[in-house]
Amino acid sequence: MPRLVNLQPNRGGTLTLGVLPFLLLLAAYLLGSNARLTDNADDKLLPSMTTLVTTVHQYAFEEDRRSGEVLLWVDTLASLKRIGLALGISAGIGMLCGLMLGAIPYVRALLAPFIAAVAMIPPLAILPILFIVLGLGEVAKVTLIVIGVAPILIRDLALRAAELPAEQLIKAQTLGASSWLLSTRVILPQLWPRLIDALRLNLGCAWLFLIAAEAIASTEGLGYRIFLVRRYLAMDVILPYVVWITLLAFSMDWLLRAIRARFFPWAEVT
Amino acid sequence: MPVVTVRRLWKEFGTQVVLENLNLTVDEHEFVTIVGASGCGKTTFLRMLLGVEKITRGELLIDGQPIASEPGPDRGIVFQRYSLFPHLTVLQNLMLGLEFRDARVLGRLFGTARRRALDKAQSLLDAIGLSAARHKYPTQLSGGMQQRLSIAQSVIREPKILLLDEPFGALDPGLRADMHEIILKLWSANRMTVFMVSHDLQESFRLGTRLWVFDKLRHDQQAPDAYGATVTYDIPLNGRRQAAMPAPAVLATA
Repeated sequence: MPRLVNLQPNRGGTLTLGVLPFLLLLAAYLLGSNARLTDNADDKLLPSMTTLVTTVHQYAFEEDRRSGEVLLWVDTLASLKRIGLALGISAGIGMLCGLMLGAIPYVRALLAPFIAAVAMIPPLAILPILFIVLGLGEVAKVTLIVIGVAPILIRDLALRAAELPAEQLIKAQTLGASSWLLSTRVILPQLWPRLIDALRLNLGCAWLFLIAAEAIASTEGLGYRIFLVRRYLAMDVILPYVVWITLLAFSMDWLLRAIRARFFPWAEVT
Repeated sequence: MPVVTVRRLWKEFGTQVVLENLNLTVDEHEFVTIVGASGCGKTTFLRMLLGVEKITRGELLIDGQPIASEPGPDRGIVFQRYSLFPHLTVLQNLMLGLEFRDARVLGRLFGTARRRALDKAQSLLDAIGLSAARHKYPTQLSGGMQQRLSIAQSVIREPKILLLDEPFGALDPGLRADMHEIILKLWSANRMTVFMVSHDLQESFRLGTRLWVFDKLRHDQQAPDAYGATVTYDIPLNGRRQAAMPAPAVLATA
């Protein structure tokens, strides 16, 4: 009998094992839901599949009676706009500052301690300040995500730039590279895959900040809806929304990974 | 005028004397191989020539002028590892030096300038036998291929001086013969002056027109850092080779 550490599942086995926890969770939910509903037909905590499907259909395919909008799509679009814009801005700031911090010692001396301190500010603690200063509109919500994510990106990219072998940078100089060319043709291109990795790792944070901001001040958005229907114990709305958010985040993660593999094949582990 | 002049050169790290009182002149197109025990300052000397290590006392002149305090295109370098750019293909790695020279803002060439650079890169690729791998990334190459590319990459800017820091140290002995042939070919074609640090005595004798042995002349058991190394042997080698080597046309025209 070979050791456990040497036993490899085949492809079918890997797939089956990967799906298993999801199925177990689903089964546990169905059993629990069934048990509670038999006990009390008006139970709201674990709605039945029928209720869930009806609610999802109502939110995803029917116009809301009051606003005339299809709520799930309005919410999704609003949230994706915010998080997309915020991640784009964060990536831009992260790349620019990370590159300069990593490449230019004087910039590092000037900004590294400041950014290290700013990165330690809990973003949710300054959310009230953002609402006071920037108002309750989109700017405050996007800013919250940027403040939460950008410093981490900057530090990560600056570290990565500093990790480049000194040999490479010296070699580039012997080939005649100026500081500008060294930054744009040697350091920057090697930071792109790292930026994507850092964004993937920060997706969770970004969604957290988004939902927190939407919960407090918004008129549409996935986070807004969840906190709105919480008042009516509407688990039949909250649960599908949570699954949907998870699915969105997972897709973004997958998309980023695909972009990395497609455009930066040299950075893939060989 | 000698290409490199070293006068009363000292290098110290704090209280540790690494090199003491070096006095040397090197003419154009010499091939200097440098050997010596580990930690005797060979690489430190090479790094001073490169411009990344400061001189403590004395003079280090290139063409009669004090050496620049940072690396530049007149002095090429091949390290043992890590000197290729992993995000560029073989061809792009080779072209980079030409792009740095001719495109100071974008760092990329277009049109005829690009075609000229491509031709030059292609002729070098043929010379080092890497044409078939020109669209591969460095990580996809073997160690020997990587070092050949690294040498060609340094040569493409036609540096006056080429510095080699144990360039074949990580390669199989069988591969080294090929590498020796390539380095001699490029050396004779480009009229450069070469400084090569090596641990391999046989290689050093075979390649150089001049061999330096770095060693300490004085030892103090109580203070091992008190005295530094200097060039204890300066041996002329392969006297007939410079005259005998014809310049291959492929690189001369490039």
